[in-house]
Amino acid sequence: MKIKAYALFKKDFHSELRTRYAINSLVMFIIVAISVILFSIGSERISQSLTGGLFWVVIFFSAMSGLARAFVSEEERGTTLTLQLVASPSTIFSGKLLFNLILVFMMNIVIALLYSALFDAFIIKNFALFAVTFLFGNIGLAVSSTMIAAIIAKAGSKGTLYPVLSFPILLPLILLVVHLTLNSMDGTSFEQSVFELAMVVCYDVIMLAASYMLFDFVWND
Amino acid sequence: MSNYSVEAVSLNKVFGRRLIFNNINFKFENNGIFGISGSNGSGKSTLVKIIAGIISSSSGKVFHKTGTEEILPEKLHNHLGFVSPYLVLYDEFSAWENLAYFAEIRGIPLNTERVNYLLEKFLLINRKDDLVKTYSSGMKQRLKFIFALAHSPELLILDEPTSNLDAEGKENVYAILKKEAESSIVIIASNEVTDLALCSSKIELEQYKGINKNAGMKGIL
Repeated sequence: MKIKAYALFKKDFHSELRTRYAINSLVMFIIVAISVILFSIGSERISQSLTGGLFWVVIFFSAMSGLARAFVSEEERGTTLTLQLVASPSTIFSGKLLFNLILVFMMNIVIALLYSALFDAFIIKNFALFAVTFLFGNIGLAVSSTMIAAIIAKAGSKGTLYPVLSFPILLPLILLVVHLTLNSMDGTSFEQSVFELAMVVCYDVIMLAASYMLFDFVWND
Repeated sequence: MSNYSVEAVSLNKVFGRRLIFNNINFKFENNGIFGISGSNGSGKSTLVKIIAGIISSSSGKVFHKTGTEEILPEKLHNHLGFVSPYLVLYDEFSAWENLAYFAEIRGIPLNTERVNYLLEKFLLINRKDDLVKTYSSGMKQRLKFIFALAHSPELLILDEPTSNLDAEGKENVYAILKKEAESSIVIIASNEVTDLALCSSKIELEQYKGINKNAGMKGIL
């Protein structure tokens, strides 16, 4: 199944290079979102806690603009049936998840670099904690977004439904990663953040297990 | 001749409060061409989608077997070829890229000899490296046949197979279907008299709108 899922990922990656369905909207969204924040704060110096929160706000809404494409583009082009005819649901979910994982990591690394360069208050004191938070936060974001994308792909008003449906599902994750990011900016030790980190890992595991269990029902009418 | 069989038991499909068909029973074994006929909106496409496992029936079941062993729904795609007007291949890839990706996603090596043979038979060999978006509707329809036949399926399901094809294209399709039917089961859903003339037996869907349990069977079982 791993090889088949990788083949589907390769197909999606190749398709993305040719059509630029997700990358264009993601890049534009990141630039616009960060520019709006920069213009709105002007010359004021914002607090560390606000910077940390805004960092994940940009990530959340960027994910909303790009990650749904994994399934929505198949539905819009009418190729969903084609995929159903060549692969099992678990292969399709794995392939799409792999694509979204790579996309989320690429997107969020760019956001983190831009953020570090443009916001003076965004200083990470405990880098190891931030790196682990970033890793598990992104995994959770990708897993949840992929599953929600599969659910909304067949709906009529996809654009509005995606963030609305994502918000309650991603809220626990966002709250945890914002808290952990603030801890890493404060210089709080790894040991003092173990509980929140364990919660993020649990969230990832639960979402991954639930997604694989439910995807068959979402995918087949 | 394969030992493949497809059997429907008491199939029923309802959309909302509208009965599409009721109590369809049939068994197709080993090889041959079988037809599904009916007027527009009679449920031909719905029935072939149920047989292919793409949508579920409201009640009843379809059994796919090799010998006595039942094929699991998640493995069905490897035994099945499907052609229909609503099947869409990836426009941003060439015919060859499409077929290579589909083989890889299925987890089987691309049978280049067979694919080249099919490309030649369907008169696409000189256009195999062109993007599908540059193809005419007839060429896309012929490519769908290659997509359906490339992995040598034991069951070939064709919904309106000759739509968009010119006279030469139809003759090609009929010749290939006759050859495929020597070793596989071919199911054709169509209104075209020439398509249905190939079939050794037919299911007439108009006769499954009521509750008469034995209606509509011509040469089935």
